[in-house]
Amino acid sequence: MLTDKLLMGILRAGALMAALVMLLILIFLMHESWPALSTLSIGRFMTDASWHPLEGAYNLMPMLSGTLLASAGALLLAVPLGLASAIFIVFYAPPYPAAIYKRLIELLSGIPSVVFGFWGLTTLVPLINQWHPPGASLLAGIGVLALMILPTVTLTAYTALAAVPDELLRNAAALGLSRWGMVQGVAMPAARTGIAAGIILAAARALGETMAVLMVAGNVVQYPETLFDPVRTLAANIALETAYAMGDHRAVLFVSGLLLMLLVMALSGVAGLLEKRRHA
Amino acid sequence: MREMKNIHTAQVLRERAVQFLIYVAVLLISAVFIWILADLARGGIAHLSWEFLTESPRDAGRAGGIASILVSTLLILLVALLTAVPVAWTSAILLVEFVPADSPFGKTVRFSLHVLAGVPSIVFGLFGNAFFCIYLGLGFSILSGGLTLACMLLPILTSTAEAGLRAVPHAYRMSASALGMTHTAALVHLILPAAAPVLAAGLLLGIGRALAETAALLFTSGYVERMPDSLLDSGRALALHIFDLSMNVPGGDMPAYASALVLAGLLLCINITAMKFAHGLQRRKIMT
Amino acid sequence: MSLINNRLVVKTGMSKNFRYVLIHLFFLAIVVACVAQAQAQMPTKTASQRLVLTGSSTIAPLAGEIARRFESLHPGVRIDVQTGGSSRGIHDVRKGIAAIGMVSRALKPDEADLQAFTIAQDGISIIVHAGNPVITLSRKQIADIYTGRITHWNAAGGTDARITVVNKAEGRSTLELFLDYLQLKNSEIKPHVIIGDNAQGIKTVIGNPHAIGYVSIGAAEYEARRGAPVRLLSLGGVEASVENVRQGIFPLSRPLNLVTSSEPQGLVRRFIEFARSPQVHDLVRAQYFVPVNAD
Repeated sequence: MLTDKLLMGILRAGALMAALVMLLILIFLMHESWPALSTLSIGRFMTDASWHPLEGAYNLMPMLSGTLLASAGALLLAVPLGLASAIFIVFYAPPYPAAIYKRLIELLSGIPSVVFGFWGLTTLVPLINQWHPPGASLLAGIGVLALMILPTVTLTAYTALAAVPDELLRNAAALGLSRWGMVQGVAMPAARTGIAAGIILAAARALGETMAVLMVAGNVVQYPETLFDPVRTLAANIALETAYAMGDHRAVLFVSGLLLMLLVMALSGVAGLLEKRRHA
Repeated sequence: MREMKNIHTAQVLRERAVQFLIYVAVLLISAVFIWILADLARGGIAHLSWEFLTESPRDAGRAGGIASILVSTLLILLVALLTAVPVAWTSAILLVEFVPADSPFGKTVRFSLHVLAGVPSIVFGLFGNAFFCIYLGLGFSILSGGLTLACMLLPILTSTAEAGLRAVPHAYRMSASALGMTHTAALVHLILPAAAPVLAAGLLLGIGRALAETAALLFTSGYVERMPDSLLDSGRALALHIFDLSMNVPGGDMPAYASALVLAGLLLCINITAMKFAHGLQRRKIMT
Repeated sequence: MSLINNRLVVKTGMSKNFRYVLIHLFFLAIVVACVAQAQAQMPTKTASQRLVLTGSSTIAPLAGEIARRFESLHPGVRIDVQTGGSSRGIHDVRKGIAAIGMVSRALKPDEADLQAFTIAQDGISIIVHAGNPVITLSRKQIADIYTGRITHWNAAGGTDARITVVNKAEGRSTLELFLDYLQLKNSEIKPHVIIGDNAQGIKTVIGNPHAIGYVSIGAAEYEARRGAPVRLLSLGGVEASVENVRQGIFPLSRPLNLVTSSEPQGLVRRFIEFARSPQVHDLVRAQYFVPVNAD
């Protein structure tokens, strides 16, 4: 019993540390963005004419829309493809191809975003440019982001699906369900929590991805009208300008960091709500 | 009777269609990824040599190798994992085994981890710079970089470990308590080994993320390409080296490709060992 | 059954809250002790002649090479070159985090508290794709292209294709210099692509036959000489080349500076003098910048 208590203590310390880190980061962001939050009214981030921080215009909304569109597009591509990949590995592929394909995906999960960006800049962007200039566009951003989050979706969905107890699947098979019937009716619902966690992880990654998007999305601050218009995301904005920003400009960049964090909080909140509704 | 048959053919058709779609998706993904890897290999293989792995960079990285950068990268990774893994996995164990899923404590920790997962890496970098480098006085160092990275890895490691532990069948826990095992014993001998492959998969995801990180390290572990003497020295990570070569140094493309290739190779080795280890652990612990 | 068990454990755990608080404190104490230990080691390290440079990513590769040579001539000295942008250099020098800042532009009037030492010159060149027939553009034409009054190349002596305008991100010294030359404000520019660093600009133009951009001359000349399909446009009748920057006749050039917060002393002074001496001219040229002659 003593070991149990000791264990509890260690575990609680660990969890506390995790929460502490989050608190520290939040405090840090608040502290750094305070100069802007206290002197500029919140409305200015929504109603200013444009984003020209050196000329005192701080509209963050076009970049917010860029971030949301790029992430949503990437998820739209990556979630079905990632789920298909995971289902392929667990239920459809013969053992050997499954192992190879899984290794390929694992390998890709560790390719630096810089390399994806690099590839996008030298291959994908010129390709799109031939189709519809200028090439560096929302579409290119979505493409590169989808490639980047695909391994996350696939690997988390794979682990969730692989962890579904064999008995469940055997029961389903005994009931005469087809393979897809089994996947759709038994395995997917059983693995739901894990898959959802993976998708949230991927969405968060997409929202916060910096380098790859910066290299291919064109970075023009505007509301995109078509897929071929260049956009700038909040994270790319932080990466592009922080190194050169001073004073208010720097503080506003931290505000955009805060905004990004709120976005993820909202996402996480919505996910929690959905989960609760399912259970009810 | 005919109706039955119709349902049956419809089902077969659907089955075929789904299978077809899944294979198309997999082929598509493989094709694109092999295209990228082939591009990397074509660009980098000519530059790759034994000297490239054993020499330090010269002429801003255009000449020489990446030995010192590899050492720094591994040290940063080691610091990050040694800090993040215990914290993350203990949190996960607590969340799954000891705290009801809907308790305020569990919710708070889980929520803060979700939020942490969405902080852009450059913000981690700025935070690490302000907190570890300046406030704690660690300066630009491998230690600061590793600790910053550890903060970044926390959510990934925790949420994958949580998913893995939750997937361990409930029967295990019931049998353990029926046998009068303490909670700790059940955890160490039964539940953790059963979840080992998933823990390992999460670890791999984390390692991949850590090795690939640039923005968070630029402001923390720094840019110095010298061989580090201690954890308090600044050391450049491999991904940052690739970024600098491809974006900042004219004529750095070849070594950038080669470095990316080395990074991919490194990751492959780590993946294979981690998976082997996890499977071994699972078999040995549960069988005996 | 085990769920009930779980709850029970939690309950007993709660009632002994005090003990857990103690354990937490113990854990934190260990962490703090480690950090303090590490901190205690720091001063002894810095005492053995360590110099930290931070700032401009343009200068960082050059500074790293100079530092390496300086270290080999002065054993026992360590020079750490960090990057992060010109603003970071100024910020860190003012805060005393770094002894020397790297700033890839002339100092502004509100930075008069700092001292600047130029170690090299760099120019900015307009670049287009090599397949573009346009050889030269006037200042007015460039301004018209960047403000969207000229949208197709045929208005500037090229083919009937839509121009892709490549601009730099806000805050970059290249952008400031370029705007200054054209007498424009950044909000007047209508860009199609915004880039960060030089190599990204060159790669963007290589990938888009109808693009126009501006980057560091050294980087562009290097790529063009290696056969990459980019062309440097001459500006105001002066050919864009490192040579013309050296002669001081190219209209768009900037100094690469090392800055300090006060009159440099000791090691800082020796390093700055070394970085401005002819001993490093080959290093400066190797990074495609123009060496300066100290006085």
